[in-house]
Amino acid sequence: MPDTPAPDWPGARLHIVTGKGGTGKTTVAAALAITLAYGGRRTLLLEVEGRQGIAQLFDCPPLPYRETRVATAPGGGEVQALAVDDEAALLDYLDMFYNLRRAGRALRKMGAIDFATAIAPGLRDVLLTGKVKEATTRTAGGKRVYDAVVLDAPPTGRITKFLNVTAEVSGLAKVGPIKTQSDGVMAVLRSSQTAVHIVTLLEEMPVQETIDAITELTATGIPVGAVFVNAARASLLSPADQNRAMAGRLGVSRVATGLKLAGLDAKVLAKRLTAEAVEHAQRVGVQDESRERIGELELPTYELPLLPGPIDLADLFELADILRKGGVA
Amino acid sequence: MSADPLDVDVLLADPTTQIVVCCGAGGVGKTTTSAALALRAADAGRTVVVLTIDPARRLAQALGLTTLDNVPRLVNGVGSAGGGRLWAMQLDMKRTFDEIVEAHSTPQRSRQILANPFYQSLSSSFAGTQEYMAMEKLGQLRTLGDWDLIVVDTPPSRSALDFLDAPQRMARFLDGRMLRLLAAPARAGGRAYLKVVGVGFTMFARLLTKILGAQVLTDVSAFVGALDTMFGGFRQRAEATYEMLRRPGTAFVVVAAPQPDALREASYFVDRLNADSMPLAGVIVNRVHRSAAPELSGPRAEAAAEVLEGQNSPDSQALTSAVLRIHAELMFVSRREQRLTARFTKAHPEVRLREVPSLAGDVHDLAALRVVGAALAGQS
Repeated sequence: MPDTPAPDWPGARLHIVTGKGGTGKTTVAAALAITLAYGGRRTLLLEVEGRQGIAQLFDCPPLPYRETRVATAPGGGEVQALAVDDEAALLDYLDMFYNLRRAGRALRKMGAIDFATAIAPGLRDVLLTGKVKEATTRTAGGKRVYDAVVLDAPPTGRITKFLNVTAEVSGLAKVGPIKTQSDGVMAVLRSSQTAVHIVTLLEEMPVQETIDAITELTATGIPVGAVFVNAARASLLSPADQNRAMAGRLGVSRVATGLKLAGLDAKVLAKRLTAEAVEHAQRVGVQDESRERIGELELPTYELPLLPGPIDLADLFELADILRKGGVA
Repeated sequence: MSADPLDVDVLLADPTTQIVVCCGAGGVGKTTTSAALALRAADAGRTVVVLTIDPARRLAQALGLTTLDNVPRLVNGVGSAGGGRLWAMQLDMKRTFDEIVEAHSTPQRSRQILANPFYQSLSSSFAGTQEYMAMEKLGQLRTLGDWDLIVVDTPPSRSALDFLDAPQRMARFLDGRMLRLLAAPARAGGRAYLKVVGVGFTMFARLLTKILGAQVLTDVSAFVGALDTMFGGFRQRAEATYEMLRRPGTAFVVVAAPQPDALREASYFVDRLNADSMPLAGVIVNRVHRSAAPELSGPRAEAAAEVLEGQNSPDSQALTSAVLRIHAELMFVSRREQRLTARFTKAHPEVRLREVPSLAGDVHDLAALRVVGAALAGQS
């Protein structure tokens, strides 16, 4: 299988996609998984929050706890998907380390699994990230099973805690399988195999959360990959007219002249349409401030356009194509 | 037939309205809406406090929330002939929890609890703590009685229902059988305990010890033990606040945006409020796109743009075709939003709705917040 790493994050195979809620991180994660499957490669798209967001996006039935193909990419590649469930992950774990699958089922009936993950929230994260690590490093016949793994991760507010598992479970058992497991996960997360990408909109709050998350992640030694700017609006006006509109100098008479040529009644319409164009220009213009703050981060940045949602499979392929042309290999 | 539009001015001016709770899915402008409603009520002469949760930096600055001390601060630049004033605060959930502990136990006991690792993870990262503490803070503000109107923003959870459910879920957990059983050996000890709970639980406890380590269970036991002597049950507390929300002085304002997910959440929430007979004032649909020239349809605007683009175009034609395309796009978005909102109205014909136009920029100051308030009142 060809394994061409993206130039912006050489060697990364585990792509963790986070972002403030509502920025479209699931969409970006899905598009990235498709992009990374181009040219006959195989990627795995994972979700961990029990939302079944992937199934909704790919318009397929809720994902079982089993890797399932959700899309094929141009050139014969494929995207598999898995919704990691914390209960199932705990049962796997009990089975693997204690040979306790049947006991685990009984415990589930008692509501004990819910309880265990509630009194030790770190346990849940170790189990989930453990599954992510397992998929990333899995081999069959001496070869990697997946060329890349893309994780639709928890939002920026919780991402550092979620990934920084060793710190989270430091209060738990000091020796034994949990400790070993969290150390193993951490080694992968801190290596150059991993890149955490942050999805943002060109708005104040998501950009602020992006900056905060980068600071926190960097402090824990987890490598940050790129910033994905989602739902960016482009001006439909020429650059000169965009500037005029921003400065409030877009001439109604010029619009009126054009409307007459198009055979429309210009009298009232010219004024109203000009007002709409000025508002459009302002909406586009207000993005520049956010763009500047993102620029100061000096990270690779990809911009995806605002699509007239709801996002469907065709949109995902369009976004994947934009990412590919933007340099995501 | 659908109901009249929601009139927030009537709601805010009504002296029997004592609590306004703004709920909705994340990312629909709940915090800004809460702040704008509170400001509008203060401008109309009421004595108001707004409890915000995680406001944007500029909104916080506009409200003068530069120090995070978990107490209401008087907002400068607000006042009216009628004597209205506005206080604002930002919820600090850990601090609120600490304060409950401190208020209900001896200094020595509260030091023990605050230092307990299980308490620390519970108060800072347990799912539902933020919702629980928002309810708790609301209860405290109401008890203080310094304001005649309290406006509450709700935590940015995935589901709007979390605000109603999380506190009780958490209280059930804290008062729960499992937690008590786990704590039991530390207090009662001995064989009697084993007899009562049976083999299944013993195996469970052993397994937990194996996975989590003995320390976690010791911490939990110590915490539950300390909790018992502290105050009468989390569940009663959560239930009391919940009951407060059902009283006539409370009004729920559901905030949404004209998007499928946000409207679906709003729909669930409205059904839930009805089922629990909680007072719903109405639904605010934020970020609505409206055309200034709805008489020109999208397809006609596009056709006209094509005519112009096909000609040997002077500068004004290029501008006009761009302007027509902007209009066509706006018409398309606006039509889709109208369809989505109409679907909601059909399912809930009795619910009062207010559509609020989308703003072009962020809220930087009180003047901008007053503009939002006017829009919420239908004056835009």
